[in-house]
Amino acid sequence: MDIFGFISSNLEQTLFLTWEHIWLVGLSLFIATITGIPIGIAITKNKRIAAKILGSANIMMTIPSIALFGLMLPILAVFGFGLGKVPAVIALVLYSELPIIRNTYVAINNVDPALVDAGRGMGLPKWKLLKEVEIPLAIPVILAGLRTAAVMNIGIAAIAAYIGAGGLGVFIQQGIARSYEEMILTGALSVSMLAIVVDAGMAMLERAVTSSGVKLERKNL
Amino acid sequence: MSSTLAKLYRFILIALLLACGIAAERIGLVEYLSDPWEFEYLLLLIRQHIYLVGISISMALFTGLLVGIVVSRKRFRRYAGVVMYIVGLGQTIPSLAVLAMVMSFLGIGSKPAIFALFVYSTLPIARNTLAGILAVPSSYLDAARGIGMSPMRILFEVELPNAMTVILTGVRIALVINIGTAALGYLIGAGGLGDLIFTGINLMQPEKLLAGALPTTLLALAGDYLVELAGLVLIPRGLRLAKT
Repeated sequence: MDIFGFISSNLEQTLFLTWEHIWLVGLSLFIATITGIPIGIAITKNKRIAAKILGSANIMMTIPSIALFGLMLPILAVFGFGLGKVPAVIALVLYSELPIIRNTYVAINNVDPALVDAGRGMGLPKWKLLKEVEIPLAIPVILAGLRTAAVMNIGIAAIAAYIGAGGLGVFIQQGIARSYEEMILTGALSVSMLAIVVDAGMAMLERAVTSSGVKLERKNL
Repeated sequence: MSSTLAKLYRFILIALLLACGIAAERIGLVEYLSDPWEFEYLLLLIRQHIYLVGISISMALFTGLLVGIVVSRKRFRRYAGVVMYIVGLGQTIPSLAVLAMVMSFLGIGSKPAIFALFVYSTLPIARNTLAGILAVPSSYLDAARGIGMSPMRILFEVELPNAMTVILTGVRIALVINIGTAALGYLIGAGGLGDLIFTGINLMQPEKLLAGALPTTLLALAGDYLVELAGLVLIPRGLRLAKT
């Protein structure tokens, strides 16, 4: 099997599909982040609503991705978006909400109340308390949620090739359809590599944004 | 305020359910399922799906628990970090990629699919078994040793019961992922409910698509619930009390 031969003779397509894959995952992650983090912060104020939202998101995660594409297709087809990138991005956003909301909620809830009290005692207004005390302390856990979502999304985006969303899953899909082994392996290996690289990158980012005070505290534990 | 919201939530749930029913009728799902031949075929596919999931998850349970328990023994404990790293790396690999790789090495059919599902669901079980046992406080082990328990009894009466919550979480993740991935098994010729989903997408037949997607979703939700029920039996009462 000559994977490198396949890649070098289809370099342009490989690069394009990789870019498409990153684009799909990046866009959905961006949307999920700007909606998920505010929701996660908002529900820390009300435990009952929090339980309901986390419960719904949990059920969402249980639905297998290919089944979700299937369930959405007839609904979105009414608006003319049954196949292609739109349903893929919607599904990816829905799947990444749970890890992001849950981690934000848990992280903010776990901030030591004494620290929040201290901030309040210094006369910080509510939004400043959030910005300068709660979020900096919570950010490593929030990023861990983003990391989970990113890795999962790369895998689901590969399946989305079957509803015509493009991305590296196209190599797997077409390869299986044509029994073209090099193509299948190129798709499978490049998707796996992408997931591993993103996972490692997010882990590094997690370390980089942890404020040095928190790091010191962890070391002393 | 919150009781109004709770009422609204219930109302939305009921409205959604109604809308789903109307949609099912309009799309033709009801008609599709009342065709005896198609219904028979659906039942066959559900049986195939459960067969794929059942065999692979039982093998994964056995292997995952075994790996987790062996690596957490004192003699092998120094390899725990390496095992965790490898398992974590394996979990990063997308399910479709695992299936595709297995297919190109083992060919098509239900055996390669079961193998892929088995490997993929062993990872979370092994990881959580190991993590759960390593998280048991060492004072418990000291106490057990102090009253003269043998290592075997410590494992079954102290370590496993205390780790059970974490282990079951791993099993639940494995089972849910397994049911979803089994739907992709159709692509490498293993049958299962993916048959209806992929055919439905290719032919743009929503009724066929839903006839495959709905049972897959229900199976996953049922699997999730089943593991939760197992928790009621397997997690000792004392530990459950401590949590609430």
